[in-house]
Amino acid sequence: MGRKLLIHNDKVPGIHTLEVYRAHGGYASVEKALKTMQPDQVTDEVKKSGLRGRGGAGFPTGMKWSFLAKPEGVPRYLVCNADESEPGTFKDRYLMEKIPHALIEGMITSSFALGAKQSYIYIRGEYFYVARILEAAIAEAYAAGWLGKNILGTDFSHDCYVQVGGGAYICGEETALLESLEGKRGNPRIKPPFPAVAGLWGCPTVVNNVETIAAVVPIVNMGGEEYAKIGIGKSTGTKLISASGHINKPGVYEIELGITVEEFIYSEEYCGGIRNGKKLKAVVAGGSSVPILPTELILKTAKGEPRLMTYESLSDGGFQAGTMLGSGGFIAMDEDTSIVKNLFTFSRFYHHESCGQCSPCREGTGWMEKILKKFLDGTANESDVDLLWDIQSKIEGKTICPLGEAAAWPVAAAIRHFKHEFIEIAQKKKFVDISHYDRLNKIRA
Amino acid sequence: MSSQVHGAQKFDKAKRAETVFSEEAMKTAQTIISRYPEGKQKSALLPILHLAQAEFGGWLSPETMDYVASILKIRPVEVFEVASFYTMYNLKPMGKCVLEVCQTSSCWLNGAEDIVKYIEKKLNIKVGETTKDGMFSLKVAECLGSCGTAPMLQCGASYHENLTYEKVDAILETYKNEGRLRSYTDLDYKNTL
Repeated sequence: MGRKLLIHNDKVPGIHTLEVYRAHGGYASVEKALKTMQPDQVTDEVKKSGLRGRGGAGFPTGMKWSFLAKPEGVPRYLVCNADESEPGTFKDRYLMEKIPHALIEGMITSSFALGAKQSYIYIRGEYFYVARILEAAIAEAYAAGWLGKNILGTDFSHDCYVQVGGGAYICGEETALLESLEGKRGNPRIKPPFPAVAGLWGCPTVVNNVETIAAVVPIVNMGGEEYAKIGIGKSTGTKLISASGHINKPGVYEIELGITVEEFIYSEEYCGGIRNGKKLKAVVAGGSSVPILPTELILKTAKGEPRLMTYESLSDGGFQAGTMLGSGGFIAMDEDTSIVKNLFTFSRFYHHESCGQCSPCREGTGWMEKILKKFLDGTANESDVDLLWDIQSKIEGKTICPLGEAAAWPVAAAIRHFKHEFIEIAQKKKFVDISHYDRLNKIRA
Repeated sequence: MSSQVHGAQKFDKAKRAETVFSEEAMKTAQTIISRYPEGKQKSALLPILHLAQAEFGGWLSPETMDYVASILKIRPVEVFEVASFYTMYNLKPMGKCVLEVCQTSSCWLNGAEDIVKYIEKKLNIKVGETTKDGMFSLKVAECLGSCGTAPMLQCGASYHENLTYEKVDAILETYKNEGRLRSYTDLDYKNTL
C-alpha cells in the first residue's frame, strides 16, 4: 500500500465534522505554524517539499508563493481554485465533499504563510452542494476559533469565504477566475501583470488548486524534506488521480508519485484492470487537454522503459510519444472505443467553453467540432484530416490563455496516434459507433 | 459561450415593481454582499443571480436582472453580460425540474447518449425542450465532474450518478410527485435516488 497524506481518513464516519476531523489530528498544521513558525518558514517548508501545483500546470508552489508582492498597507489574498471542470477530473470534489476541513485547514496555514487576512474558495457553480458542505465546515471552524480574530490567541486573524461560479470551464484559468470572483464575465486577463502582483481587485493574490492547498497540511506537519522523500526526482509527494472510463473500479485514488502506469491500471489497489475482459486501447492520463496515448505508449516510453505516474515520465518523449500528468484526470478506453467520437466530445466541450475573446480559439474550436461531426455523419473526406491538423496548429500559442492549447492538443494527438481511424471513416463514408452499444444493460444490469 | 440568447423578452415596468426578494432572501443576499470589501459588492453578482433565479421561478427575466442591478448598485447591462456568459443562468422560462445530462467523454463512454434518448422518449421532448405541463426541461451539459460515477445527470442541487434506466424512472416519478421548482440553491441536495 502506498502512503496516503490527503484522503487517508476518507472512510472514517463523520470525518466531515470538525470534532471527528480534530480527533484524527486535524488542524495540527495551524497550531504548529501559528505557534512555532514564522510565515516565511512555512513558505520555506513548501519550497523544500518540491510541491507542484496540482491543478494541471505543475508549477512549483513554493516559488509561486515567493513571487507574491508585499507592498505596505495593501491587502493580499489567497484564492482557492475549486473550479474543477477539466473533463475526467473529480478529485477536488471528492476531497471537499468527504474531508472539507482538510481544505479549510490548508487555507488557514497557507494564508498565514502569505500574510493574507482574507481568502476565497471559488467553486464551480455545479458543485453548489459541495459549497454548502464547505460553508458548514467553515461555520464550525469559526465557532471553534480556527477562523476569525486572533486565532489561537496569536495576532493572526483570518476570514475565509466560499463563492460559487456560474458554470464556465474557463474560470479554472486563474485570471478568468479572478474576473469571475469580481462579478464579471470569465475572460482571461493578459499577463503580465501576474496575479502575484495585481490579482483580486488589483491586489497581490496567490491562486492555488484545492489539492495543492490541502497538501500544505501534511507538508507543514511532517516537514518539507520528509515530504520530498516520497516520489521520484522533481515529482514529490502524493497525487490524487481521478480514474474513469472502462475500468473495473472508477474512483479517486491517492498515489505516491512514481508508481508505474501499469500498476495503476491493472492492480486491485487502484483501477482493477479493464472491465468485461476487454483490452485497453488508449488513455487520456491527465484530463481532456493532454495528448491521448495508445496502450503501447502509455505503458512504456518510446525508449521501452516502464512509464511512471510522474510529471517527467508521462511527458517523456515530448508530444511525439508522451503526454502530461496534468490534473490527474485518468480516462481509460477499451478496444471498442472510437477515438474519433471521443475526440468529438472533447472538441464539442472546448467549443462550448471557449470564452470568445480570441478569434483563433472562438472560431477554431467551432470549426474543429463541425469537421469532427462530419466524420460522425460519414460525410468527411480524407482531406478533412489535414484540415483538422491545420486548424489545431493555428490555434496553439495564439491565444491569451491556454484554453487554445487545451483544445488543440487532443486533436493533434488523436491524429498523430490514430490517423487510420479517421481515414477509415472517410474512405467508407460511414461511421458505426459500437463504443457503448447496449452498455447500460451490459454493465449495470 | 452560452448558446442562449436574450430573445424577445420585453421589460415590463409593472412586473419590475413586483420583483422584490422575500425578507429571508434579502437577508441571504446581504450576508453574501458582506463577504466582500467595501465598494466591491459587485463581486456578489454570481451568487446573488443564483439566489434570484431560485426566488423568481427558475429563470432570470429582464425585470429580475434589473432588480439585482439595483441591489448591487451596478448598471443592468453589467448583470446581463454576466447572466448571458454563464451556462447555469436561464434567460428564458424553464420547466420546474431542469434535467442536465452530462455528455462529455467519460459519461459518453458509459452510455450518456442512451440516457438522453431514454429521457427524450419517456418525456416525449427533445433536448432543449420543456414538457407541456411545464414540469421538466431536458438539457445536455458539459463535464460536471462526475466521471467516475458516469453516466450522470444534475437536477438543481442534486447529482444523480451511476444512472440506469430504472434510476431515471425513479427520479422522474419522484420529482413529478413533488411537483416543485428545483434549484441549485436547494438545501436538500442529499442524493437519495
